[in-house]
Amino acid sequence: MHIVVLTKPVPDPAAAAERLGPDLRLDRAASPAVVNGNDEYALEAALKLMEAHGGEVTILTMAPPNATDTMRKALAMGATRGVLVTDPALAGSCVRSTDEVLAAALRELTYDLVFSGFDTSDGNAGVVGAAIAARLRLPYLSNAAKIEPDPEAGVVRVRRITATGYDLLEAPMPALVVCTQVLGEPRYPSLKGIMAARSKEIATRSVADLGLEGAVGGAVATTAVLDSQKPASRGATRVVRGTAEDGAREIVELLESRRIV
Amino acid sequence: MPRFWVVGEANVDGSIAKISTEVATLARSLAADAGAPDDIAGIVVAADPARAARELAAFVPRVLAVADPTAEGHAWAVPTAESVAAIVNEDADGIALIGAGPDGRDVAGTLAALTGRGVLANAVGVRWDGRLVVEMSAFGGKLVTSSGFTGPGGIVTIRPNMVTAEPLGSAGEVVDHAPAAEPTLPRVIVRESVAEAGAAVPIEEARIIVSGGRGIGGPDGFELVRDLASELGGAVGATRAAVDSGWIPYSQQIGQTGKIVKPQLYLALGISGAIQHKVGMQTAETIIAVNRDPDAPISEFADLLVVGDLFEVGRALLVALRGRSG
Repeated sequence: MHIVVLTKPVPDPAAAAERLGPDLRLDRAASPAVVNGNDEYALEAALKLMEAHGGEVTILTMAPPNATDTMRKALAMGATRGVLVTDPALAGSCVRSTDEVLAAALRELTYDLVFSGFDTSDGNAGVVGAAIAARLRLPYLSNAAKIEPDPEAGVVRVRRITATGYDLLEAPMPALVVCTQVLGEPRYPSLKGIMAARSKEIATRSVADLGLEGAVGGAVATTAVLDSQKPASRGATRVVRGTAEDGAREIVELLESRRIV
Repeated sequence: MPRFWVVGEANVDGSIAKISTEVATLARSLAADAGAPDDIAGIVVAADPARAARELAAFVPRVLAVADPTAEGHAWAVPTAESVAAIVNEDADGIALIGAGPDGRDVAGTLAALTGRGVLANAVGVRWDGRLVVEMSAFGGKLVTSSGFTGPGGIVTIRPNMVTAEPLGSAGEVVDHAPAAEPTLPRVIVRESVAEAGAAVPIEEARIIVSGGRGIGGPDGFELVRDLASELGGAVGATRAAVDSGWIPYSQQIGQTGKIVKPQLYLALGISGAIQHKVGMQTAETIIAVNRDPDAPISEFADLLVVGDLFEVGRALLVALRGRSG
């Protein structure tokens, strides 16, 4: 079982230091980077399957060169190796460039499954997995709460969360699965894992290596940020102390004044 | 061909999803502002699209009903995206608008690859200003960015509750349309669809949400949350801490790794308001918090913070609300 997990370094949401640079692109130097939280769930699910079925887990990242720092953390959790697509031309990439680059990088790899996270905490779009699956003509199984590959039958079964419950999906492998938090908490890297990660391979690829020169990146982006504003202020918070009945009365009065009840 | 395309989603019973009626209402105002109020149509793809198409036609002047037998028994997004791509690709400047829920995301991503169009996702505002301008919330709500497409066409996913759905004075027409000629993408088989109890109104669509966090203390504590939600006619939400503790299903989780909601009222019980939760609910019109800690982060963005024991205040509120209605 060989699984490729798409991972992205993102500004640490907990540090809350994100900002746009003068070019209206995310200033990636302004914040400490961490592995995108939803990608860690995907990685954990992949590692568990590797432990159960044998095989390898490759992490695939498109990011600036210093992404090797966050990739080492994913390798310390137990991933076998990493592939980093990095190129100055990729700064300011839109969704289309991102999925085209990652699809091209996947064409160079062999795998039974590709895992992506539900979305990223910096871009939030949550559409890159579907786009990659379509480009590679892979079966696309999203919103997974449970992933059961059956290597003998060559199929993967996924429990997909729906608005009213869940669907049981089935598709031949190779396939692309979008993972959710329900798959389980990511593990912490062990000391042994951290040591081992130092010598694990991170291969790098440029846009030219992938044969995409001029076809991807900020210069040919399909979308552009035009400007940004601070959101409208919510106004001051009214703080009420006193008895529970006082508090309840204040709440009802606010609900009535705003015609909510 | 029309400029603006509304991709309609159907509920399990075949009716049109609420989010699609909102997207249609928004698209109508964009078409009007672009000086072409009739330059808009809906698309509904399903094994039997009749009902959803008819209901969507209450909101747009024309709806293409695409009967695709592979949309039944298979994951819906891919066959839908293939038919939508075939329609939208007839003109370079077509703009597809879709709800930003999990199904809408799947369609948008597949459609992006099939059409090469750009995607602007999770719009919190869209306007026509000589071009399409899409507002999105960034960095946990610290910024609102305005973005546009560099080419003529595009794909936009729209957050729920951005506009109130308003039907047309007289309903539009439904036109049958053939599905995409040849399916090129693999279909994923749905072996079984399971309905789970309690998953009534999708939480993204709820007008009122009563939500519980770590302070609720256990599954039994959610009884009070449910009672308040039912008294207010709302849905039950939760933080990741409550979901991870197994007190309530993931479907009700609000925040960074859960749902993004924009209800009229968000009543937060025992929720500190950490950034991971805040990003999911900060655009609620009214935020009321009950918390023991007057310095909890939620004190910085709630409209009203009642400092006290959530069970005592919650029960008193239930009594007060029942007294009002009785």
